Amino acid sequence: MTSSTESGLLLKASGISKHFGGLAALMDVSLTIHHKEIYGLIGPNGAGKTTLFNLLTGLYSADAGTITFDGINLSGKQPHEVTQTGIARTFQNIRLFANMTALENVMVGRSVRTHAGVFGAILLNQKTRDEERAIRHRAKELLIYTGIGHHSQMLAKNMSYGDQRRLEIARALATDPKLLALDEPAAGMNATETAALRKLLESIRLSGVTILLIEHDVKLVMGLCDRVAVLDYGKKIAEGTPTEVRRDPAVIEAYLGGAIA
Amino acid sequence: MSDLLTHWRKFKREPYAVWLGFALIGFALVLLPFATDAAMGRSWVRILDHTLLYIMLALGLNIVVGFAGLLDLGYVAFFAVGAYLYALLASPQFDLHLPFWTLLPLGALVACMFGVLLGAPTLRLRGDYLAIVTLGFGEIIRIFLNNLNAPVNITNGPQGLNMIDPIMIGDFSFSRTQQILGITFSSVHNYYYLFLALTLLIIFISIRLENSRIGRAWVAVREDEVAAQAMGINTRNVKLLAFAMGASFGGVSGGLFAGFQGFVSPESFHLTESIMVLCMVVLGGMGHIPGVILGAVLLSILPEALRYIGPLEEALFGRVIVDPADLRLLILGLAMVLIMLLRPAGLWPSPVQRREFSHHDES
Repeated sequence: MTSSTESGLLLKASGISKHFGGLAALMDVSLTIHHKEIYGLIGPNGAGKTTLFNLLTGLYSADAGTITFDGINLSGKQPHEVTQTGIARTFQNIRLFANMTALENVMVGRSVRTHAGVFGAILLNQKTRDEERAIRHRAKELLIYTGIGHHSQMLAKNMSYGDQRRLEIARALATDPKLLALDEPAAGMNATETAALRKLLESIRLSGVTILLIEHDVKLVMGLCDRVAVLDYGKKIAEGTPTEVRRDPAVIEAYLGGAIA
Repeated sequence: MSDLLTHWRKFKREPYAVWLGFALIGFALVLLPFATDAAMGRSWVRILDHTLLYIMLALGLNIVVGFAGLLDLGYVAFFAVGAYLYALLASPQFDLHLPFWTLLPLGALVACMFGVLLGAPTLRLRGDYLAIVTLGFGEIIRIFLNNLNAPVNITNGPQGLNMIDPIMIGDFSFSRTQQILGITFSSVHNYYYLFLALTLLIIFISIRLENSRIGRAWVAVREDEVAAQAMGINTRNVKLLAFAMGASFGGVSGGLFAGFQGFVSPESFHLTESIMVLCMVVLGGMGHIPGVILGAVLLSILPEALRYIGPLEEALFGRVIVDPADLRLLILGLAMVLIMLLRPAGLWPSPVQRREFSHHDES
C-alpha cells in the first residue's frame, strides 16, 4: 500500500484552458493527482468537469496548459495513445459496444496491451493462440471481479443499467490503467447499487489503481475520496480533503448560491 | 417436435456431425458443376463461376461495411483495379504476359494500395458522407479507365482490352477442355474449381479475421468510434486496414474475372455493380459470413433465373406482354423491399443478433 513512488505524483495538469467559441469552458485549471488516491472532481452542472475529462483523455486538445502523466507529456496525444500510457475512462452517457457481448466488450479493452496483427490472425500461430487465450482469460477474470461474470455472453445493450456501468469499468480495467477516470459512475443508481459500486471502487484502489472520479452523489464522493477539487464556471474554486472542501465558503456559495442580502 | 429439435441441437454440437456436415457440403460442391451441366446446361455452370466471384466481392465488402461499419458505395473500383491490372499485364496491349501466380498476389496488393488511397482521405467521414465520397471514387476509377486511351493509350478506352491471357498454372490452361482421369473438364468446370478454391481461402481468411483482435477492433469501431478510441484502438489504422483487406479481396476477384472473360471494359464496373454487391451484404446479413455468402448466391442466381419469365409469359399468354428485362428488375426490387421489411437484419443474421430478436419477442 505504501509503495508509492518518490514524488507520489501521477498526474499533473497545470494552467489548463479550453474555449468553445466564445464560451470559456475551463480557465487556468491546475490539479495534481497522487498515486493510489481517489481524487474527486465535483461541481454544478456545466462547471467543466467532463470537458476536463475529455482533455485528460485526449479527446479534446487544450488551448493552453500542460498535462503530464507518469512523467509523460500528454499534449497533442491521440486518445488511443493516452490509453496506451495508462489512463482509462468511462463515459457519463454509457458508451458500450452495444451489439457485442459483455465478454467481447472487455476483450476489446485488452487490444491496447496485445499485438496480434493480420498475419497472426490468419495463420493463428502458437503465439497468437496463446495471446487470444490470455485475452479471454483476463476478460473473464475482470467480469467476475466487477460482479457480472454470469452475464459474459449477454449483449451489452441487454444488460441492466447498473451492470452496464460495471461493464464499462471492467472494459476500462482491461487496458491495465494506472489511472481510472470515471465520469459519474453512480448516476441513476439506487442506494444498494451505489453501495456496491463503492465497494468495487475501494477494491480497485487497493489493487493499486489510482481513481479520478466525477460524481454528483455527494455522500459517495465525501465518503470515498481522499481529495476533492471543486469546479465552478470553468474555474477551480477549492481543493482539499472532503472535510476541508465542505467547509469552504466558495463551495457553499457555488452550490447554494450567494448569501442573502 | 421439441424433442426432435433438442436431439437435433445436441447432434449439431457433436464434432463428428460437424465434420460429416463439412464432408457432405464439400462433396456437393465438387459435384455441383457436373450436376448443373447435366440438368441445366453449360451456361449455368458459367453463372456458378460468376457466383463464386460475387461471393469473393461480397466477403470483401463485408469487411468494410459489415465488420467496420464503413458504408462504401464504390467498392467495384477495387474489382476494376484487379481486373485491369491483370488485363494490362497479361495481354497483347503492352505485350506483357506475366504468369498467374505473380498476377494474383499483385492484384491483391495493388487493390490493397488503392483501398488505403481511398481510405486515407475519408477517415473523418462516416455514414452518408462516406458513402458519397466512396461513390465518387468508384466513378472516378471507371471514368479514368474510360478515358485513359489518349494521349497515351493505356486502357484502350471504352473499347476495353481483349485477348487477355487465360489463367494458366504451369502448363495447365483453364480455358481448354482437359481430360483428367478419364473425366472431361470443360473450361467453365476448370474455372469453377479454381474459383471455389480461392473462395474457400477467402472465407477462411474472413472467419479468422472475424475472430481475432483485429476483427473485434473493427466491430468496436462500428459500434462506437469514440469509445473504441478511448479503449486504446488506433481507429485510423483499424479503418485503413478494413479498407485494405476488403479491397484486396476485390482485387483478387477482379483478376480472376479478367482471366476468365478474356475481355474487360469500363462497362463492367458501373455503379450498379457496387450497389449489387452492397445488396448482397445487406440482404444476407451484414457482418455474418454465412449470411453474406447466402446473399451473394441468391442475388447472382435470382436475376438469371428470372430470365425464364419471357418464355413463361409466352407459354401462358401466347406472347410476351412485359419485357422480361424490365420485369426482372421489378421483381428483384420488390423482393429486396419485402426482405428488408420482413427481415431487417438480413436473411441470415448472426446468431447473436438473432438471439437478440427472439429475446425481444419474448419480452
